[in-house]
Amino acid sequence: MIEVHNLTKRYRGGTAVDDLTFTVEPGRVTGFLGPNGAGKSTTIRMILGLDRPTAGTALIGGKPYSALHRPLTAVGALLEASALHPTRTAREHLRWLARSNGLGERRIAEVLEETGMSAAASKRAHTLSLGMKQRLGVAAALLGDPEVLILDEPVNGLDPEGVIWIRNLAKRLAGEGRTVLVSSHLMSEMALTAAHLVVIGRGRLLADLPTEEFVSANDGSNLEEAFMRLTGASVEFRSGGPR
Amino acid sequence: MSAFAQAASAEWVKIRSVRSTVVTLGLFAVVAVGLSWLIARGFSPGGPETDAVLPVFFALLTGQLVLVTFAVATVGSEFSTGTIRASLAAVPSRGRLYAAKMTAVGLTIAAAALVVEAAVFGLVRLVIGDGAAPLDEWWTIQALLGGWIHLTLLSVFTAAVAVMLRSTVLTLSILLPVLFLGSQGLGNIDTIRPVAQYLPDQVGMVIMHLTVPGDPRFGRDYGPWEGIAILVLWTAAALIGGWIAMRRRDA
Repeated sequence: MIEVHNLTKRYRGGTAVDDLTFTVEPGRVTGFLGPNGAGKSTTIRMILGLDRPTAGTALIGGKPYSALHRPLTAVGALLEASALHPTRTAREHLRWLARSNGLGERRIAEVLEETGMSAAASKRAHTLSLGMKQRLGVAAALLGDPEVLILDEPVNGLDPEGVIWIRNLAKRLAGEGRTVLVSSHLMSEMALTAAHLVVIGRGRLLADLPTEEFVSANDGSNLEEAFMRLTGASVEFRSGGPR
Repeated sequence: MSAFAQAASAEWVKIRSVRSTVVTLGLFAVVAVGLSWLIARGFSPGGPETDAVLPVFFALLTGQLVLVTFAVATVGSEFSTGTIRASLAAVPSRGRLYAAKMTAVGLTIAAAALVVEAAVFGLVRLVIGDGAAPLDEWWTIQALLGGWIHLTLLSVFTAAVAVMLRSTVLTLSILLPVLFLGSQGLGNIDTIRPVAQYLPDQVGMVIMHLTVPGDPRFGRDYGPWEGIAILVLWTAAALIGGWIAMRRRDA
């Protein structure tokens, strides 16, 4: 379970995350939705202890991330899939992660197999396609067999096959009783993947409801349009027209 | 294995798994060994006895620029590629991650410097023959020890600066001209010498017999081990600065 309490992040230029409170329950996929720049990635970075909150807390299983012993066995995160050293192979990337948390070589082989990366394991990162980098990122997230998974914009730039793979994977992991948080700026994608939605705009919570409720409330209308109505007031930069 | 040992082991995997490590450390060896052979061939005895180590240290100090590139690139690539986030997610204690990284980089450099210095010294002795620096004299041992410490600490210093600046290019752009200043002898210009002699790349010159205290033109106001002590202070200051930067900033 992930608990976010009154989480706030202010920069010199403004507020990225504004008094955000929500809970991500285990056993279902929770979609973390918002337009680009809504504060999704900043929130996720604070949950992972990468960014320091201005105020508020983010807890994983009741503990702040920094208090986790062997964190990869508690939380698996997919951030930017392209954040790899270009000349390091896929297997060595997983190896340093495994070593850092005292995980054995066997887990490396298992997650390579699980993500269909076994054949590409000896390839250097700069030769991997975006889809393969995404799979490697998922393999890294699964390495410690964690109870909590956080996937930040996992389908960005993926081909249809990759999109479906991520969708099914997220559902399967939630089906195993894990806590799964998937961020996206695409409502239509989340409607297919998530059982629950947390929607934010300009760092503020706009909605926290079951996906079904959102869909039936907007029955008949295009989901992406309904999402835009919900977040419309909070979009900072729009192409064309006055703000 | 302790949490620190695990983190250090992960850092070692990072170092040995990228191509730039092989390239830079290999180039360091080639430059230092090749240059020492060329310089030693042109060595003519007749000067002070300690001149026999000049080819060793001229070669090592030129190779040092490549060694520094290794140190800076190893640290800087974490920031330029964005893997720093994965590193911090895996090792949330920033102090531990930083200590593990500096330990792994430092030990790698210490090992590379030791091997290459031994090779260079052996080659120079072979080429010079009679009049080569005797290994049973304290001044030779002291010079070799000092040179090894200098190469290692100066590289660790630059690695820590790279953590502060979070960039390979920026760090090298600032540090390489400064290090060139020393290797090209510009640090001996009268007007800047009183200050320049205390720069981190300069303080090892006395122990390596590239200059002596009291020399009218190239002299220093400190002795061999005092120079090394100043380098230790520089390195400690940079390590503390890197640690503060690691702790404070968002990833």
